[in-house]
Amino acid sequence: MTTNELVWRIAGGSGDGIDSTSQNFAKALMRSGLDVFTHRHYPSRIRGGHTYVEIRAAPDEVKSRGDGYNFLLALGDSFARNPKQEAYYGNEEVKPLTENLDDLREGGIIVYDEGLLDEEDVDDLDERAEEEGWHVYPVDLRGLAREHGREVMRNTAGVGVTCALIGMDLDPIEELMEERMGGDILEQNIEILRMARDQTEEKEFTHDLDVPTGTHDDTQVLVSGSTGIAYGALDEGCRFIAGYPMTPWTDVYTIMTQNLPDMGGISEQVEDEIAAAALAMGASHAGVKAMSGSSGGGFALMSEPLGLAEMNETPIVLVESMRAGPSTGMPTKPEQADLEHVLYTSQGDSNRVVMAPGTPREAYDQTRKAFEIAWNYQIPSIIIYDQKLSGELVNVDESFFDREPNPSLGATLTEDEISEAAHHASGKFQRYLHDPENGVSPRTIPGQKGGRFLASGNEHTPEGHISEDPGNRVAQMARRERKLNAIRADLDGRDQSNQTLHGDGDAEYGILTWGSQQGTVEEAVDRLNEDGHSVKSLGVSDMMPYPEDEVEAFLESVDEALVVEMNASAQFRGLTQKELGRYGEKMTSLLKYNGNPFEPHEIVEGFEASINGGDLDSETTKFVPAAGD
Amino acid sequence: MSAFSAIGEDRDVDQNEYTPGIEPQATWCPGCGDFGVLKALKGAMADLGKDPEEILLVTGIGCSGKLSSYFESYGYHSIHGRSLPVARAAKLANPDLEVVAAGGDGDGYGIGGNHFMHTARENHDMTYIVFNNEIFGLTKGQTSPTSPKGHKSKTQPAGSAKDPIRPLSLALTSGASYIARTAAVNPNQAKEIIKEAIQHDGFSHIDFLTQCPTWNKDARQYVPYTDIQESDEHDFDVTDRREAGEAMYEAESALYEGEVLTGRFFTQDNRHSYGQEKRSLGEMPEEPLAERYFDDDYEWERSYDLLDAHK
Repeated sequence: MTTNELVWRIAGGSGDGIDSTSQNFAKALMRSGLDVFTHRHYPSRIRGGHTYVEIRAAPDEVKSRGDGYNFLLALGDSFARNPKQEAYYGNEEVKPLTENLDDLREGGIIVYDEGLLDEEDVDDLDERAEEEGWHVYPVDLRGLAREHGREVMRNTAGVGVTCALIGMDLDPIEELMEERMGGDILEQNIEILRMARDQTEEKEFTHDLDVPTGTHDDTQVLVSGSTGIAYGALDEGCRFIAGYPMTPWTDVYTIMTQNLPDMGGISEQVEDEIAAAALAMGASHAGVKAMSGSSGGGFALMSEPLGLAEMNETPIVLVESMRAGPSTGMPTKPEQADLEHVLYTSQGDSNRVVMAPGTPREAYDQTRKAFEIAWNYQIPSIIIYDQKLSGELVNVDESFFDREPNPSLGATLTEDEISEAAHHASGKFQRYLHDPENGVSPRTIPGQKGGRFLASGNEHTPEGHISEDPGNRVAQMARRERKLNAIRADLDGRDQSNQTLHGDGDAEYGILTWGSQQGTVEEAVDRLNEDGHSVKSLGVSDMMPYPEDEVEAFLESVDEALVVEMNASAQFRGLTQKELGRYGEKMTSLLKYNGNPFEPHEIVEGFEASINGGDLDSETTKFVPAAGD
Repeated sequence: MSAFSAIGEDRDVDQNEYTPGIEPQATWCPGCGDFGVLKALKGAMADLGKDPEEILLVTGIGCSGKLSSYFESYGYHSIHGRSLPVARAAKLANPDLEVVAAGGDGDGYGIGGNHFMHTARENHDMTYIVFNNEIFGLTKGQTSPTSPKGHKSKTQPAGSAKDPIRPLSLALTSGASYIARTAAVNPNQAKEIIKEAIQHDGFSHIDFLTQCPTWNKDARQYVPYTDIQESDEHDFDVTDRREAGEAMYEAESALYEGEVLTGRFFTQDNRHSYGQEKRSLGEMPEEPLAERYFDDDYEWERSYDLLDAHK
């Protein structure tokens, strides 16, 4: 564990401005030269309810939220509803100060708004503080904000107090304020910020936590997994999106919608997700690179259009932003339990590409690959990710995004090419030829001369006519199947694999994971190796077609593997066994599905328990032993 | 130069151009009203001089969905109830295409009812033909959304307890800007109505009565029929929403009493199509988006230029 780090938690109520304040504070830390990583926790409600953001900042790369936090800024929940003395959900107002207080590290700092929070509402705060060596600083943030501006500016006061306590310069914060505010609002905020800092500096400090220092060689930008997906789509020339709001997919949908009109693109908000996916297909069919997406429930509605895209070979990209299920589940909490849903939903044999990026950078890269493959191979590509990756913010070199756009429609003909291409005796263009070796039979676009064909969800002849002839059926199925083999070979032949290996190649043990848990697993691997273990990890992104060679080589090279994923039924482990046909006896699962992503220590402890035996299940995690164990 | 040279060419088109060079045998029964739609559509398109390759015909599932198999153009045989979302997006992607969607009454008023409502509301510049035979034909005669109350079938053995849906009224309240009913047995009117619907700048809905000689003998042939524009008994203003609504209600009720009222029920010319609305808000490009992908000189925007907000 890096000791030279700040994990700053700002906690309040939904609607208290926690998101924007934390985003600016993260940017300020980033601008000061630090690497940052944020974790966002919020309820499914508009006003009120405990919400917090943690920002972990350190001089070197930060890969996860870390274990617990060392600075708590508790603002209180200004929209709290406490109908009775004994409320069903407890005392909401004080939750920012009491929830997960056990996770505050030894020697940590607590700043709370005594204008809103009463210390007497917190059980034994003094005793606990003394036991844990916490340093508690009550400040009347609300009073300060009211006096010099407006009550909502108490967040700013909290930031001012924070800066004073950890010795952080106000300049980057004031710069950020100047960039987004003006007039009285700006003046008042700056006054409150400085006032809070000055008043705090007069106090006697008992703690020794300072903001770390660092430098960056390149200009940094703060991006989320959702930014990565949306920007990857834009750089692939995607200019059409259709959707229906649903958390957490709305993040990607909103970023696209904010940018498309300025780029001469189109965003459509439609009646339901069946329509959303069908619109993306209609736009793609008419010659535009298009996408849609949703979270689990909405994606379920897309099941039938998805099957149609497989059958009539319409290139589209869908994204599925997972949240805890089943059904409405926990709308704002992450989980990785939709893997099987996304792989197999819709009738018939699956014929799709599914990628699960692990980080915001991978989200960008893999979305670009998903588009490229969708159009080159005329197949639906799906990006599956979760609420964690969707919302977490990390700093990335600005130059990372300095790439060439790729608006190519892939295997699509121009009118000149159509005139050279094979036509059926009836005059129809042969859109679905049996013989292409890689399975890809080039397409035409409505309006092109000489390109007319029928795109049908029924099994069809090369011209597209409905056919139930067994010979044609087998030829078309075989060709569509060949596309997946060709895509696997294509991906395997590239310099940059979608799978991320971490640690020493000769390591004795392995940790296998997929999607958004990758960074946390890598941090756990580093700690385990520092503690004398011999461990490496593989973060897998390709879910379909499955990267058999890479995973097999990994599993062959280790004695045992721990498979880490956020669901209750070990879906990725099941997929791996199905695809590789063995290794069931080598893989133990460590699972978590309580609504919070893994923390590194849980993986460290889980790994140690799995090799040493003992009590395997913990309060937050569950084991599924390897076959035969 | 357009990448889609079949579009907008001014030429005489023979109606045989819409017949496939090697014709797939129709799966429709002898005497099926669906043949009437096919014929009227061919006649209308020829009169309007539409090149088969500037037409995108999107169909649903059922006997009606086979229309795209027997009409030569760019065809899209989609899934049950979803022809409209596919069709309207194609129109947004390339507004120069002539987009027609078609399907049955179960497809459009049942499983796809939500899309019907919203596509009408948005007033996309396209034509939607609903083959209304008051029955599920291809699945062998089950009760459909337009079957009369009391209709007995294997899925409604005691007779349907439901009042039939009112398709014209539904289109009107949803926001369609051209609404008509025609019948397969009235080919001249059908052709003229399809022509008007295509020429209309907005969402045109045609409830097309297509007799099912196999599963719905009760509905006979939709004869005798009355053209409400030609009848003195049905004098109303098709541009007046209130009067149109009353005429629709009457026609919908009369159908189940054996009186077939056809013709134009509503037209609204002073309303912008969805594409026009989107363009006036700056949310849709002036040039067809589909052209851009074939333009080698287009300077594609990059996400790199959006990064200031992230610093």
